[in-house]
Amino acid sequence: MALTAAPGATRRPGRPTPSPQPTPARRAGRGRRVRDNLTGHTFLVGALVCFAVFSWYPMVRGVVMSFQRTRRGETTWVGWDNYARIIADPSFWTAWKNTFVFTGLALVLGYAVPFLVAILLNELRHATGYLRVLVYLPVMLPPASALFLFKFYAYDPSGAGLFNAVLTALGLPTSEWMQSPTMTMPAMVLASTWMNMGGAVLIYLAALQNVPGELYEAAELDGAGLWRRIVHVTVPQTRLILALLAMLQIVATMQLFIEPLILANGAGTQDSATSVAYLIYQHGFFQNDLNGAAALGVIMLVVLAGFSAVYLRLTARQD
Amino acid sequence: MSVPQYRKAAALTLAAGLGLSLAACSTKSDDSSDAGGKVTITVDCQPVGAQKELLKNWNDDVAAFQQQNPDIVVKSVSVGEQCNNPPDFTARLAGGTVTDVFYGYMTDLTQVLDSGQAMDITDYATRDTIPTWDSVDPALKEVFTDGGKLYGVPVKNYSMGLIYNKALFQRAGLDPATPPKTWPEVRAAAKKISALGGGIAGYSEYSAGNTGGWHFTALLYSQGGQVLTADGKKADVNNPAGRQVLQNLRDMRHGDDSMGSRQLLQWGDLLTNAGAGKVGMFIGAPDATQAIVTQFQGRYQDWAMGPLPGQDGPATATLGGGEGYFFKKGLSPEQVRAGLKWIAFQKLTPGKGQFDYVRAKPQNYPVGLPQPLLFAAGSDAQKQELDLRKANANVDTANFAAFEANPVPIKGEPRNAQAIYAVLDAAMSGVLTNPNANIDALLTTAEGKINQLLAADS
Repeated sequence: MALTAAPGATRRPGRPTPSPQPTPARRAGRGRRVRDNLTGHTFLVGALVCFAVFSWYPMVRGVVMSFQRTRRGETTWVGWDNYARIIADPSFWTAWKNTFVFTGLALVLGYAVPFLVAILLNELRHATGYLRVLVYLPVMLPPASALFLFKFYAYDPSGAGLFNAVLTALGLPTSEWMQSPTMTMPAMVLASTWMNMGGAVLIYLAALQNVPGELYEAAELDGAGLWRRIVHVTVPQTRLILALLAMLQIVATMQLFIEPLILANGAGTQDSATSVAYLIYQHGFFQNDLNGAAALGVIMLVVLAGFSAVYLRLTARQD
Repeated sequence: MSVPQYRKAAALTLAAGLGLSLAACSTKSDDSSDAGGKVTITVDCQPVGAQKELLKNWNDDVAAFQQQNPDIVVKSVSVGEQCNNPPDFTARLAGGTVTDVFYGYMTDLTQVLDSGQAMDITDYATRDTIPTWDSVDPALKEVFTDGGKLYGVPVKNYSMGLIYNKALFQRAGLDPATPPKTWPEVRAAAKKISALGGGIAGYSEYSAGNTGGWHFTALLYSQGGQVLTADGKKADVNNPAGRQVLQNLRDMRHGDDSMGSRQLLQWGDLLTNAGAGKVGMFIGAPDATQAIVTQFQGRYQDWAMGPLPGQDGPATATLGGGEGYFFKKGLSPEQVRAGLKWIAFQKLTPGKGQFDYVRAKPQNYPVGLPQPLLFAAGSDAQKQELDLRKANANVDTANFAAFEANPVPIKGEPRNAQAIYAVLDAAMSGVLTNPNANIDALLTTAEGKINQLLAADS
C-alpha cells in the first residue's frame, strides 16, 4: 500500500536551497511547530499512557514474573525454573499441537471461506445489502452467546442436536461433536468461522470493489473463465489485504481460548481442546501458578513475535 | 479562543484528567477507623441482587450487628453468586483486592498463604471475639491452621452422599425410602431410571472444569482409595480402587447407557439437568438440594439423600470440605477483632445469621438439612443449633434420614487439590465419552501428571 507523501515534503526543482541560517521568520515557524508538536504530543499522552499501563507494563511484568516464584508471600528469582516446569507439564505439547491444528484448520476453512463468500457477494446484483447483513449478523452476537448456541443447539451429541438431526435426515452417521477427541478441533473451527467471518467478508468485499472492472473485462475478452479471473485478477489485486488478514488470522487463532472454554468446558475430552492460552489460564487461575503461567505467556509471545517477524520479512521481500 | 488554543486546552485537560484518574487509581483507601473512633471492615460474599431474600437477611444482619456494636462499621462487598469462583478468587488475591475479611474454601489455605495476603489470627480467635469458639469442631479449625498458626475461621462444612430424585425412583418402580447402598445397586437403579426415557440420566457425573476430578476423589474415597500417598509425595490413583471407579462409570455410561448422552458436565450443567427432573442420582452434599431449588428451579420434595455407596458395602470414606473466612494481612488488631465478632454473629451463633432458622423457615431456603455441622458433637452450641433446626424444619427431614443414620468417615481434600482435579478431569472425560477408553492408560497418564505436578511444587 503506497503511502502518500506529506504536502511539500518533496523538494520542487528550481527552488533555491534554503539557507542553513535561521531567519526571524523561520524562528517564528519553528516556535509554531514546537507549539503544534506540543499539542500533538499532549494528545498523544492519553494513548501512550493507555498502552503503557495496559499493554507494555503487563508485558514487562509478565517477563519479570516468569523468572520469579512467589511462595508464602516471598518472591524469589528462580532463573529458568518456571520455563523448565511449564515445558515438563504433560499438557504443554498437547496444547501446542492443538493450537497449531486449530490454526491450520482455521486457515483452510476460516480464511478461504470468507474470501469465497465475498467473491460470491461481489458477483451478485440483487439483494446484496440483505445478504451482507446476514453474513455480518453473527459478528454482532456476543462470542459467548454464539458459542453457547453451538454448544447446546448444534453440537448436542444426542439425536436432538441440529447437526445430528441433519446428518440423520441425510442418512449419514451422527457425531459426538465436542465429546469426540477427533471432532473437537474441526467443530471448534466451524463455530469460530461462522462467528467471525462476517468482518473478514466485509473487508474482502471492500477490497474486491476496488478492483478495476476493466481488468475483468479484459480478462473476459481474453477468454478467461471464472476460476482464471479469480486466480489472475482477483487474487493479485487483493494480495495485500489477503496477506494482512492471513497474518491477523494466524495471530488471532493462535490465541484460541473462548472456544475451548465454552464449547468444551475447558480441556474437553482428554485434553483434546486444551489450547496454549487455556493452559496459561489453567496454570494461572486454577493451579496457583501465576509464575508458570507467565512463563508460558512469554513463550507464546516469542513464538508469535518470531512468526510475525518472518512473515513481515517474507511479504516485504515479495513487495 | 482560537482553534489551536482550544486544541491545546483540550489536550491539557485530557492529560490532567488522565493524571488525576491514575492518581485516583493508585490511591490506597485506608479508612479503618474514622474520626469518631469507629472501626470499619470490608467483608465479601454478600448475596447478589438476584438472591433477594438472602440479600435482605444479610443486610438485616449487618444492621443488627452494627446496632449491637456501635463502634463497628461493616461494609459489604458482593463478589458474585459463587463467592469463590476460583479464577476470580485468584485474580483478587494476586491483585491484592480481597476485602479485609474474605471468603475462601478450605482447600485455599496454601494459595492464600502463598499470595502473602493471610493474617495470623491465632491470638485473636478466642471466646472474647467468638463466644462459641470452644464449641467449634477442632478438626475444622485444623484445616485453617498452618505451622501452629490459625489463618481462617470455618463457617460451613459438608460431606458427600448419594442424592436422588424420589419422584423418578417412584416412577421407575424403585423404593424412594431405600436408596442404593452399593455401586452395583446404583448401577441397577440407574438402568431402571434411564429406561423411563425422555433424556433422563439414571446417574449423572461431572467431567470438566475441575469438578470431574473433585468427584473422582470422592468416588475413590468410597472405594477405600486415596489420591495421594500418605506422605503426600506421590499419586495413588493408579490402583484397583481407581480402576473400579472408572469401570463403574464406564459400565453405566457405555454398558447400560444410563448416564445420558451429554457429558463434559460441570457444576451448573448437572444441577440444571437435576432441576429439570432429568437426573435420577448423583453424588453431592446436602446443600446441593438448595442449589437445585433456589438456582435451578427444582422442588425440595423431590430430593432425598443416602450415604455415599461403597463397592460391596458401606463406603470406606467420603469427601468432606467446606468454607471459611480469611483475614487480610496488615489489618489493625481492632479490625481483626471486629471481623471475628461479625463472623461470630453471622456464622457461628445458634439463632442468628445463617442459623436464624425462625427467619429462614418461611423463605425458600431449606431448614432441616443435616449439614453444616460446625460445632463439636456434644457441645452446647451444637445442641442449641440442632434443637432450633429441628423445631423450624421446612424440609422433610425423613428425606435425609438414611444419610444421617449411616455416617461415613470424612476425608479431606488432597494438597494442591485444584491442580490435581484438573488432571483427573481427563480420566473422567475419557471414560465418559469414549466407549473404548483404556482405563489403565487413563490412570497411568493421570498418575504421571500428578507426580509431575507434585515434583514441580515441592
